[in-house]
Amino acid sequence: MKQVTLSVRDLKKRIGKREIIKGIDFELNEGEVFGFLGPNGAGKTTTIRMLVGLIKPTSGSIHICGYDVRQDFTKAMKQMGCIVENPELYPFLSGWDNLLHFARMLPDVDETRMDEVVELVGLQARIHDKVKTYSLGMRQRLGIAQAMLNSPKLLILDEPTNGLDPAGIREMRQFIRKLAEEEGMSVLVSSHLLGEIQQLCDRVAIIKGGEIIKTDTVESLLSTQERIFWRVEPIQKGAEILSSFTEITLDQKYIITAYDELKTPEWNAALNQAGVRVHEMNRKLPGLEELFLQVTGGGAGIE
Amino acid sequence: MNNLVQNEMMKLLAKKRLIIIGLIVGILVLMFTYAQYKQVEEQREKLGTDDWRAALQQQIIDTQNRLGSNRMLDEWREQLQVSLKQQQYYLDHDINPSEPGAATFTRMFLENAIDLFIPLLIMIVASDMVSSENSQGTIKLLLTRPVERWKILLSKYVTLLLSVSIIVAVTALLSYLLSGIVFGYQGWGAPVITGFELKGADVDVSQVRLVEQWKFLLMDLGLVWLVAVVVGTLSFMLSVLVRSTPAGMGIMLAALISGAILNNMVSSWESAKYFFMVNLKLTAYISGTAPPIEGMTLLSSVITLLVWWALALIVSFTVFTRRDVY
Repeated sequence: MKQVTLSVRDLKKRIGKREIIKGIDFELNEGEVFGFLGPNGAGKTTTIRMLVGLIKPTSGSIHICGYDVRQDFTKAMKQMGCIVENPELYPFLSGWDNLLHFARMLPDVDETRMDEVVELVGLQARIHDKVKTYSLGMRQRLGIAQAMLNSPKLLILDEPTNGLDPAGIREMRQFIRKLAEEEGMSVLVSSHLLGEIQQLCDRVAIIKGGEIIKTDTVESLLSTQERIFWRVEPIQKGAEILSSFTEITLDQKYIITAYDELKTPEWNAALNQAGVRVHEMNRKLPGLEELFLQVTGGGAGIE
Repeated sequence: MNNLVQNEMMKLLAKKRLIIIGLIVGILVLMFTYAQYKQVEEQREKLGTDDWRAALQQQIIDTQNRLGSNRMLDEWREQLQVSLKQQQYYLDHDINPSEPGAATFTRMFLENAIDLFIPLLIMIVASDMVSSENSQGTIKLLLTRPVERWKILLSKYVTLLLSVSIIVAVTALLSYLLSGIVFGYQGWGAPVITGFELKGADVDVSQVRLVEQWKFLLMDLGLVWLVAVVVGTLSFMLSVLVRSTPAGMGIMLAALISGAILNNMVSSWESAKYFFMVNLKLTAYISGTAPPIEGMTLLSSVITLLVWWALALIVSFTVFTRRDVY
């Protein structure tokens, strides 16, 4: 039985009369990378800020490793490391002094641990330079180093690849996977970049308008949306037959139906019986992107 | 807690604010020293003598002449009469009111700096203490550590108190050291007169006594420190409330300057005495200058300032510990 590192129950936030977060529930297990996916303005950042104690929820509860974030704030925070949006550090201090600053705010973090995290993110060469001379990628690394100081069980990263170049994004992805697989850390990642989440996460929650629309593993989310592309002749007759079994969409010379392990052979047999020639049956997984647009209705409109 | 204060000091030192303040004080002290030196020289030429008695006599005559003018406003007349009586007292008791020397210069510098200059210096440190964390976004890192919010704010406040003390001490020290080059380092033991009580336009001299200058200086320093702490705490509160440092500074600056202006014109608006900025010139009470509004005393001013101080602290801590951070 894997340990639950983060559990969120019926989390709500109201600002004035507007309910921004309308009741969010989810759980994170040890060693799991969990993606928080949604269009801009969906409530990702507000939710994350509630998780780390920056914003007080109107109602609902958040437990980190069993500690309530509101009642046992310090105990909960000891188990957690985070970067909220860009890693904003003190530009007038050196990287090392920044780490020292945050190490002093944690119990039992000594110089050995500081050296360890510096090595972990590969910043040894520049750690004593002022942060204002760092590139964005280096700041991101220092941000991660800072979040890792207390060897957290739960790492919360808000848009971790924001502003990184493709090489940096890949590096970050490998780094996060390593933390989850080798150190058994739970990682919560928010992003509006689907490709990133698809490659990085074990499970995904899709959030829109302050609600979680779907939570599932990446594979099963995708598989429920699996499609078969039929190329048949004559297409008219084929469409008639298939539509008697299931919903169809016509896309130029293809008929698209849902994929169903058991039913598909029957449909195929029916087609054959009616003398419709089946040239091609193509099973396709939609990208997360299509899925996302489907689930969220594709509207980019701000509510 | 110690660690947190250490953190704040590290940031403060890295920003080099204290060095800038030191430089400002240094330059200003040099300017005033030169101005003072020029004044002494001019007086010497005018009177053709080094004798301060003659100079004081001349001052008294000047004041009397001004009092004789018809165009004098009533408020001014009262104030002038008060200082005339004081000058007369100095002359009668053979006390040199501006005994030259670095100690006297320091005392006068502090007395003149208490209501505007020192508060401005304090503002440089206090007004961005919290708001800079907001504008840099580092507040998010600070508040997601396993440390309660009130402790973080308290560590910042303790750091503010430390820097206020450093600034007041450095100001006193620099003005003594730098002016001493010109005026010499003597004057600690010179007698200073205090204890004037103002009853309307009358000077009550029953409490008047002489105090050695170093004691007087210590009293001045204590009052300057108190004013600095109150002004620092108010800027600190603004720094919590207003997210942008320039806006916070602007508000505080407007308050301080309006205080300086009000001081010259509020004598008939009595309730203005509850503004903190009208009460900043605490040293005036012990050196015996008339307060801007009748009925104000050292005690009433100190109490007014303490009330503002307490309110500012309460507001700062309540807002900081409760606020949502976006």
